[in-house]
Amino acid sequence: MSATTHSLPPPGAPLDHFVDDAPFDPYATEPMTKAQERIYLASQLTLMWWKFKRHRLAVVSGLFLAVLYASILISEFLAPYNYTERHTDFIRSPPQAVHLFHDGNFIGPFTYGLTYTLDMEKLRRNYTEDTSRIYPVRFFCRGDSYRFWGLVEGNLHLVCPGEGGTLFVLGTDRLGRDMLSRLIYGARISLTIGLIGISVSFGLGIIIGGLAGYYGGWFDLLTQRAIEVVQSLPHIPLWLALSSVMPPTWSPLLVYFGITIILGLMDWTGLARAVRSKLLSLREDDYVVAAQLMGAKTPRIVFRHLVPGFMSHLIAMATIAIPSMILGETALSFLGLGLRPPITSWGVMLNEAQNINIVVLYPWLILPVVPVIAVILAFNFLGDGLRDAADPYR
Amino acid sequence: MLLRYILRRILIMVPTLLVTSALIFTVMELPPSDYFETLQAEMAAQGEHADTSRIEFLKREYGFDRPPVERYFRWIGGFVRGDFGYSFEYEMPVRDLVGERLGLTILVSFSTILLTWLVAFPIGIYSATHPYSWGDYGLTFVGLLGIAVPHFLLALITMYFANVWFGLSIGGLMDPIYFNEPMSWAKVQSILAHLWIPVIIIGAGGTGTMVRAIRANLLDELQKQYYVTAKAKGLPPGKALVKYPLRMSLNFFVSNIGDILPTVVSGSELTAVVLSLQTTGPLLLRALQSQDMYLAGSFLLFLSCLTVIGVLISDIALAFLDPRIRLQGGSLK
Repeated sequence: MSATTHSLPPPGAPLDHFVDDAPFDPYATEPMTKAQERIYLASQLTLMWWKFKRHRLAVVSGLFLAVLYASILISEFLAPYNYTERHTDFIRSPPQAVHLFHDGNFIGPFTYGLTYTLDMEKLRRNYTEDTSRIYPVRFFCRGDSYRFWGLVEGNLHLVCPGEGGTLFVLGTDRLGRDMLSRLIYGARISLTIGLIGISVSFGLGIIIGGLAGYYGGWFDLLTQRAIEVVQSLPHIPLWLALSSVMPPTWSPLLVYFGITIILGLMDWTGLARAVRSKLLSLREDDYVVAAQLMGAKTPRIVFRHLVPGFMSHLIAMATIAIPSMILGETALSFLGLGLRPPITSWGVMLNEAQNINIVVLYPWLILPVVPVIAVILAFNFLGDGLRDAADPYR
Repeated sequence: MLLRYILRRILIMVPTLLVTSALIFTVMELPPSDYFETLQAEMAAQGEHADTSRIEFLKREYGFDRPPVERYFRWIGGFVRGDFGYSFEYEMPVRDLVGERLGLTILVSFSTILLTWLVAFPIGIYSATHPYSWGDYGLTFVGLLGIAVPHFLLALITMYFANVWFGLSIGGLMDPIYFNEPMSWAKVQSILAHLWIPVIIIGAGGTGTMVRAIRANLLDELQKQYYVTAKAKGLPPGKALVKYPLRMSLNFFVSNIGDILPTVVSGSELTAVVLSLQTTGPLLLRALQSQDMYLAGSFLLFLSCLTVIGVLISDIALAFLDPRIRLQGGSLK
């Protein structure tokens, strides 16, 4: 009979139905391509990296900054001169051209000798190129001695002037020090001050904002008022006031740390606000309740579970805040209230270009402007790229 | 409702200013030495007989023998009555020193903000309505450059080129003969002729920031459905833009004053030092260097008041513009 296939099995016996031997695959009807699979399985960081790579300007800026920061590790080697070395015969010498050909013959990079005359009428030093003297530039050579990071004695340089010649690619300052070398050394201070400053404000922002957002109540209220007060203060006058407070007896290094802390102290508010608002929305989530029920302490919940969730966003914010630190240092040093010689930073160098007469007579003294602008633009582009990459909605 | 909001907002201002003043006073108190010790050392260095009795007298006169807390209250109390203390260095009341300079600072700051708006608004709208076009990229880059170049450098460079190209020496906010003279038509003309350079220099950074912010905000609004609907039902593009999305982003635009004002004041201080404007900047710097405490402290407090009042104005304007804020009546952020 036909009932054999459709009749029920005897009571107690299992229903006979089809079971596939192959393992279950939820995407069987719509198999994912290899490319799709890659996206679905990628970690958060990988996704961010992919998004970041598309922002070409940000990648280029990132590379540029990486090279600059790498250069501060070996400033002594890169600079043709020691930054404190005074060339008293070449005070305020203009930038010197590096030539390749002499009388139509290829020689390789070389500089001509400089002849110095004093214009008694205008009391100006004049430097003219003396084409009879040729000094080929040397590479990987022995030059001014230095203490590498203040520790190890050395005198190896990437480039040096020819024997007896000079190599002032960007000119010299009022003490006859090579501007290029000072720029290279100055990067060490100018670039790190932004990083240390942002670390201070980053730490403050996360801790204060974290506690305010998580505890709420009176601490939150107090924090919000404090943020309002700090934000309503004009930064630069207050920076000026704070740095004029530093006793003149402090060593330059102490002043350096003082300045970074001053810069950081005023800048934490934006981060604290961001952390607070994020925490306010996140602390009601289930995984926080779960952590609480398991007996996790508040700091652990905030800093172990909540903060990592929006860390990438915070880092992007911090990157955008670094330029203001670098600018702040430059401004303070420019006004003579920031770093003091013998420490060299781009701001300290610009301090010498404060006078309009000097700028007109010796325009190469404002050259430290170029790296300042380049670094700030680069940080802005990098920050933009990071922010877009960290934003899951774009 | 609106009135209550404004009142509430003004009331919040009072504790903010109190805390600010306490903060400033603390900063001024931080240096281990005070003006009198500096004076004594200077007199001794010059070989003068350091007249301790005179210094003792000065100290007593200015209440420097009292605890700091008492001095703070005397300072603040005087502030309310319009007595801002006494400048040690210039040996005259701070009020006479500050008077015109503060007015000029306010003038420069507000002209800067006005310029920022006039420039940033159209550019921001253009960038947002033509995103990723060459015009957008170009303008964004110029704006970024404005942010990246420090004010004082811009001032220096402007001075340099004004000198090299036109043989001009710019600097100052008016011809020196008019300073501290009563207001006259000639003086106003002189100020107007000098004003535009610092205003452009100070405004550069703020304009760049604002263009980017307006662009981002308007771009977000333009992707929303109500705008698509408005266009779909046949509203002309210009009207569709002005009537809804622009109004929404205007909101942010006004609230931005609060953020931009401290920057403008900061920038104007620096620019003022370079261009030797007759504003508060150079005097503040000098006062800080010589620890002329009342002068520096009063300047700082004035500048803070300026920003706090600016923020207040922006909040009130926002309440006028946006009914949602008015109805909530609560805090803004």
